Amino acid sequence: MSTISEERLDSGHGGAPSGFKLGMLLNDTRYRSYTFQFIALVLLILSISYLVSNLIANLEEAGLNISWAFLAEPAGYDINQRPIEYDSQSTHARASIVGAINTLIVAFLACVTATILGVVAGVLRLSNNWIVARLMSVYVEAFRNVPVLIWILIIFLAMSNAFPQPRAFRGEAPDAEMWLGLFAFTNRGVYAPSFINGAGSTIFWIVCVLSIVGVFAYRRYAKKLLYDTGRLLPMGWPSLAILIVPPVLAFFLLGSPVSLETPELRGFNFQGGVHLRLSLIALWFALAIYTGAFIAENVRAGIMAISKGQTEAAGALGLRPGRIMNLVILPQALRVIIPPLISQYLNITKNSSLAIAVGYMDITGTLGGITLNQTGRAIEAILLLMLFYLLVSLAISAIMNVYNNSVKLKER
Amino acid sequence: MSDTHSESVGFVRKTFIEPAPPPAREAGAVKWLRENLFSGVVNSALTILSIIFIVWIAVSVYPWFANAAYGTSSLAECREVLEGVNAACFSVLQERGNQMLFGIAYPSEQYWRPLLAFVLLFVCAVPVLFSQYVPRQTLIGTALYPFFAYWLIWGGTLWLSIAILGLLIAAYFVPKVIAGLPDGARSGLGLVVGGATGLLLAYWLAVGGLNLWGLASGFAEGGGTGGMIGAVLFYAMAAFVAVTFIPMGIFTAYAVWQSAERGLLLSTVTTIAFLFVALNFVAGPLAGVLNGIVPIELEAVASRDLGGFMLNMILGTVCVSLSIPLGILLALGRQSSLPFIKGVCVVFIEFIRGVPLITLLFVANVVLAYFFPPESNIDLVLRVIIMITMFAAAYIAEVIRGGLAALPRGQYEAADSLGLDYGQATRLIILPQALKISIPGIVNVAVGLFKDTTLVSVISMFDLVGAIRGPILGSADWAGIYWEAFGFAALLFFVVCYGISQYSQWLERELATDHR
Repeated sequence: MSTISEERLDSGHGGAPSGFKLGMLLNDTRYRSYTFQFIALVLLILSISYLVSNLIANLEEAGLNISWAFLAEPAGYDINQRPIEYDSQSTHARASIVGAINTLIVAFLACVTATILGVVAGVLRLSNNWIVARLMSVYVEAFRNVPVLIWILIIFLAMSNAFPQPRAFRGEAPDAEMWLGLFAFTNRGVYAPSFINGAGSTIFWIVCVLSIVGVFAYRRYAKKLLYDTGRLLPMGWPSLAILIVPPVLAFFLLGSPVSLETPELRGFNFQGGVHLRLSLIALWFALAIYTGAFIAENVRAGIMAISKGQTEAAGALGLRPGRIMNLVILPQALRVIIPPLISQYLNITKNSSLAIAVGYMDITGTLGGITLNQTGRAIEAILLLMLFYLLVSLAISAIMNVYNNSVKLKER
Repeated sequence: MSDTHSESVGFVRKTFIEPAPPPAREAGAVKWLRENLFSGVVNSALTILSIIFIVWIAVSVYPWFANAAYGTSSLAECREVLEGVNAACFSVLQERGNQMLFGIAYPSEQYWRPLLAFVLLFVCAVPVLFSQYVPRQTLIGTALYPFFAYWLIWGGTLWLSIAILGLLIAAYFVPKVIAGLPDGARSGLGLVVGGATGLLLAYWLAVGGLNLWGLASGFAEGGGTGGMIGAVLFYAMAAFVAVTFIPMGIFTAYAVWQSAERGLLLSTVTTIAFLFVALNFVAGPLAGVLNGIVPIELEAVASRDLGGFMLNMILGTVCVSLSIPLGILLALGRQSSLPFIKGVCVVFIEFIRGVPLITLLFVANVVLAYFFPPESNIDLVLRVIIMITMFAAAYIAEVIRGGLAALPRGQYEAADSLGLDYGQATRLIILPQALKISIPGIVNVAVGLFKDTTLVSVISMFDLVGAIRGPILGSADWAGIYWEAFGFAALLFFVVCYGISQYSQWLERELATDHR
């Protein structure tokens, strides 16, 4: 656009400018752009001052002021999911932090699940199998064209109505049974076993983490070897072995440092284990399934952007379809898939604010919900809320852009 | 090889072999099945799993539909009728369907009005949606539609819509009248309008500067790091205003007066002034007088009484149609070579795109009113429309920016070489092509936005989802009827959104001018 407005003298005002005249601010394109910007600046300041003066007048009329003191006052309400220490005597600031962590938890879970779902559905939608491809089309269209809020509410209400009450598990011949004796699906949420860490558990967990790292290192090494020398190391069983053998060995050598605590019915409810609230599960599933449909479309578009010749060339080299997908198509398609994938992650994070519809206490429920209603500090609370989401959005795009740069086409 | 042939008798076939049908496994349905469903172990397993899944769904859902109960007045009655069979209770749609469509408070004897507006929406959208096949004159009907639809839905007097329409048309002719004035008169008008504008601007700036000064002192009193930053920022702005308000006034007056001979600035300022006066002081009284002579009235319906799917439709159509022009402006601003304007657009777009729509709706609900003058009472629907429009505009701006960036540089250079100025080049060469590229993206935003209108239920407006969650599931009669109600809502949204996306794909094929 710069080419249009730059360096063209207005011919109506004759000849080369000998000196600066006031009229040139309007009629000479060299100066006119400055004039326009100056006017825009003045208008911006004018509108800011207009809004601010209204704000001041309104606040004065309502007897309010802008103050952040409420953040240090005790919140006085309870939060049902507490990733960190919190009770009703904690401050509003701490309540907001709890909410923020809850937002990040559900966003992370949903991002991972949605990616898996989306990649599977996107690949299957291009499958040669007619029925599977149609089923995936139905999934994608059904979820893309209905608001996510409706999905969240349907899943939440369906689960809270379909799952039995905790007391159905009681008695000699209970109406409901725990799944595998470990998981209890009730209308108050899912009760899952949790770990009890005994002596030496730290070493065990370190071994677990190391073996996961080891799997990635091995696969990376095998891939590098394949690209460098063409030697193909087996991928499947060694990674499985690296993943399973060291932790199992460590488990027995250390004398079973970690045991499971299964939830048990005591009194009116299950005790022990991990309690996944229905609101969390509904939100997580709904966000994952909904966004998975969008990711599936991105994956499909990414795969279709790779020329068919690549598949054919790989086939001519004798690669099997699975290998073609993993070694030839997906690495190239990633370049097309990642940028929209970043915005889907951002969407999940932002859509997690719908938690307020099912009563999951994320930051919209704490800072933007109860804190706002209790203290009446609407402007401050909403400002902080927006700031939080802005920071998270910026962080996600920064991280994903780094990854995007690492997979993009390396050119001279 | 040749000597083997010399000893053998050459065989030459004298008749054709009758064409035989292909082997059974290579033809017809069998071949299709083998290729598409059972081409390998994995594929066969997937097929069988899918078939089991489909059959399972069908077997569990069909009876639910087939045994459905109709015509009862509560869920309890439904359960009695069904006698323990797990089946749908579609009575809720018969009894509360109207509330889902029109909201709980819209007067039921007036339902024909939104219905008529809905039907007319499609009629009036045809000239825009299928512009290749419909004569251009029909666009007049589309242009009139918003005024008529506003009257139909909100009621009141039709003369208000007509008066506003008439004044808008009159404003269109203001620049032409000014251009037609004799030179002396135009110069005089320039002097008057320029002087008035300059004085007004200087006054506004002075008032604004005082406000900024007050705010800065407030921040300074508050103390703290944030307070200091705010104080410095607002003191700087106040100082800027204090230095510039008189020169700005004089310069504006001079600029308007000087531009009188070409008329652009003068006519813009005059038109804005005309519109301001006309819409604020003339439209209402004029409509009142006209209505006194020939009354054309409908029962007025307050904004808070709108609801149901109607509210989703209103928010969707209004916000999308308002956000497209705003988005175009933002996209052009972001691509502009003027750093300040570009900066403002970038900050606006990135800010809006970084926060969830819910927080913007909170702003509309509890904060936005603080930024309007104390005596003004802007109703919630309008505040929500403002925020959703800003939200959609930021997304559409990004889509259109992609379209602008995708245009080859040669197009810009060609426009320059034809001697077109920025406005002409943008209007005639750049935008038509950029918009064509952006159609799929714009439609995606529109569909997403339409779905997002359900979020207004979070700020307790009774749109389709809000009506179901609030009055319907909350009533004693229908508590627990979620599948039927939400299924109906999902179906409505699916029909509309799927329809829009199918239309956009058709339009893309229609506009594909390359590779022909």
